[in-house]
Amino acid sequence: MAATGAVIVGAYEHPRREIPDRSVAQLHAEVAAGALADAGLALSDVDGYLCDSTAPGGALGMAEYLGIRPRYLDSTETGGSSYLAHVGHAADAIAAGRCRVALCTMAGRPRTGPRPVRGLPAPAAAFEELAGITATVQNYALVAMRHMAEFGTTAEQLAAVKVAAAAHAQHNENALLRQPVSIADVLASPMISDPLHRLDCCVVTDGGGAVIVAAADVARSTGARGAHVLGHAQAVSHSDGGRIDLTTTAAARTGPAAVRAAGVSLDQIDYASIYDSFTITVVITLEDLGFCAKGSGGPFAASGALLAPDGGLPINTDGGGLCNNQPASRGGMPRIIEAVRQLRGEAHPAVQVPGCAIALVHGTGGRLATRAGSATLIFGREPR
Amino acid sequence: MTPAPRPALPVPEPRPDEETGPFWQATRDGDFLLQRCASCERISWPPRSFCPHCGAAEPAALRAQGRGTVYSYTVVRKASGAWRDATPYVVAYVELAEGPRVLANIVDTDPETVHIGMPVLLSFAETANGFAVYRFVPAPGQA
Repeated sequence: MAATGAVIVGAYEHPRREIPDRSVAQLHAEVAAGALADAGLALSDVDGYLCDSTAPGGALGMAEYLGIRPRYLDSTETGGSSYLAHVGHAADAIAAGRCRVALCTMAGRPRTGPRPVRGLPAPAAAFEELAGITATVQNYALVAMRHMAEFGTTAEQLAAVKVAAAAHAQHNENALLRQPVSIADVLASPMISDPLHRLDCCVVTDGGGAVIVAAADVARSTGARGAHVLGHAQAVSHSDGGRIDLTTTAAARTGPAAVRAAGVSLDQIDYASIYDSFTITVVITLEDLGFCAKGSGGPFAASGALLAPDGGLPINTDGGGLCNNQPASRGGMPRIIEAVRQLRGEAHPAVQVPGCAIALVHGTGGRLATRAGSATLIFGREPR
Repeated sequence: MTPAPRPALPVPEPRPDEETGPFWQATRDGDFLLQRCASCERISWPPRSFCPHCGAAEPAALRAQGRGTVYSYTVVRKASGAWRDATPYVVAYVELAEGPRVLANIVDTDPETVHIGMPVLLSFAETANGFAVYRFVPAPGQA
């Protein structure tokens, strides 16, 4: 048993989804303040800081701006899965005695603000860009088309993922899209890139979120009801020298590794936050994590299993990226925060999973069908 | 039957660098160069100065025969930038006869006829700078 002893003692999701009146740095500060207030801690307590490469000035710029002097810094960049890696790395750093209170922030304004400055493109991108890939949906469409051909997955089954997300989002007053939708609604929405329709795609939102990962004794002193970090893992899938596999992601490696590290089994998972950039992302991830057999993710989604509170595996009870929030076009942080709410019993009563004790969070960053980072976290209501 | 005329796809200018220059130079002669490692004998794509499978230096160039099948594809209905007015167009992973899966457009066909497993042939579109962008067309007998 290798639980880290670290606890998520504070979590905060920015309530707004369209924010033309704040800088990206301001949003980082606002979510940091929100998470610290939730934890009953102050910026002066922070001795670890983690952020992605889109944070203005990176970890250095943010530390200066926030006025903190962390002794542990991490800027792991794996797209929308970065924030899961940050939580895992913070937990390891706490276990190693390198910090006691780690602040993880993320924010962005893809709806109303400038595009973030990125580093040099991947070497392979110089070849891929010639084919007219102009949006992420086209990558995931390649995955969905192959999944349909290999396993008989249908557009209706993919749509069931969106229907579940919308059913949950109607209870989230902050969600961008709160209107329930039907399978027919998804299929009737415009085709963006075959076989994915507009309603197979996540929302584009401004905003952000933050979590505080702290040592167990800090958690005891603040009295926080938290999410104990029981296990974590990260991995990458890529084009493998020309042998890209479109129907298996690195979740097939991170899921078993995180579950093993946590000392739990999959059938103990009461709730899961599954990265849902597109409906196909959920279907393929559920298979790779082992919640259903490879190829059966479509029927699994269509069975109603994903619906809270009574489905066999309720997911994304905030409405997920498909309906609630995908700030900075990176959904990892809101997915983490909803898992914390579930473990605290603070999800909306209509979607709160009764007795939620073990939760899994999975992130898929970058882009499937080229390069993608996978990260899995296992949280427990109690330490192990 | 003659297919209806389709809007021409943009022909982006490649960005050869210190490592990929030989690949792009070869496209001037109509060649698509894969790489075959002398050490592990595996064939790789895209080109680099070492074998991504075993790490051996300077894998030898291997001229692709130009035959492949569609491994997956999508018909892009909504695009941006220079590609916005080219919709609908097909982006596919084509599995070459030599093994590697290459991301490229399928052209000279009705997008609605493209399917997984479809045999295709290599084709080139010359760029303003005299390089050529690799694409695929249906093999004879296909739609």
